[in-house]
Amino acid sequence: MKDRFNLYRFASPATFYPLAGTLIPYFVALAVLFGLAGLYLGMLVAPTDFQQGEGYRIIFIHVPASWMSMFIYLVMAFWAAIGLAFNTRLSGMMTQALAPTGALMAFLSLLTGALWGKPMWGAWWVWDARLTSELILLFLYIGYMALTAAIDDARRADKAGGLLLLVGVVNVPIIYFSVKWWNTLHQGSSINLAKSSMAQTMLWSMLLMAMCFWMYSIALALMRARTIMLERERHTDWARVELSGHLTGGEQ
Amino acid sequence: MIYWNSFSDFIAMGGYGFYVWSSFGATALIMTIEPIVVARNRKSTVARLKRQLRADARAENRNTAE
Repeated sequence: MKDRFNLYRFASPATFYPLAGTLIPYFVALAVLFGLAGLYLGMLVAPTDFQQGEGYRIIFIHVPASWMSMFIYLVMAFWAAIGLAFNTRLSGMMTQALAPTGALMAFLSLLTGALWGKPMWGAWWVWDARLTSELILLFLYIGYMALTAAIDDARRADKAGGLLLLVGVVNVPIIYFSVKWWNTLHQGSSINLAKSSMAQTMLWSMLLMAMCFWMYSIALALMRARTIMLERERHTDWARVELSGHLTGGEQ
Repeated sequence: MIYWNSFSDFIAMGGYGFYVWSSFGATALIMTIEPIVVARNRKSTVARLKRQLRADARAENRNTAE
């Protein structure tokens, strides 16, 4: 292997695998730290919202979960495009690793949204543009997982799944702009770069919680990616070394 | 600094307690269960791959011995 630093080196599972293993504990630690700070600020310090009362505190998880559900999908679509264009091994593993966490984020977004909607709107669910497009996002995640699980050959599964991801990516801007394009019941975004409609502590709580969700998702995706890598690359030299290392004990 | 006057105020969440705590509870539950499932899956996958590798090595040894 060449000594020169080369970013493409990390696209190879043999280098990505140990790197991910080293990074996971840091992402977990950061997720816990950001989470504790965000919960402290959001649940204990932040004042009440004059319109929504204490119920508004649900947005401290609703908004980060919704952001992550959309962002994870975009990252998966990005990897799918790379995989379809350059036929890289890593890309399919990354989309596979991200999908379950993305699906859970979409589910949490819908669940917390319903729990917010019931006291605020008087309904658990309405067929509003924002809510419906987010539900479609959840179905896209589930569809991707079901499709790839149904195809035995991993590379073919990646290709079919990648196509589904790329077609479905059109839904993400629809979710994001739905509150602008249509007259929806869902409120507009609370955060925009020009001026935020939120109090400083609320804003910080939400950003800290968003960081927590980010770190959590990265940690989980890396954990899953490592297992998928080992499984798919089991006949390569590096995976054999990794596994025989496991034989004699050592790192689990 | 702390916004709440009492612990019961905090739990009640101004009447929104059920909705707020269900949201946070469900999130905490999912964020606990998901890592456990992923770690378990990793453990069983690694164990299976190790078994396969050992079986392959044994088969290879037999072939070379003959």
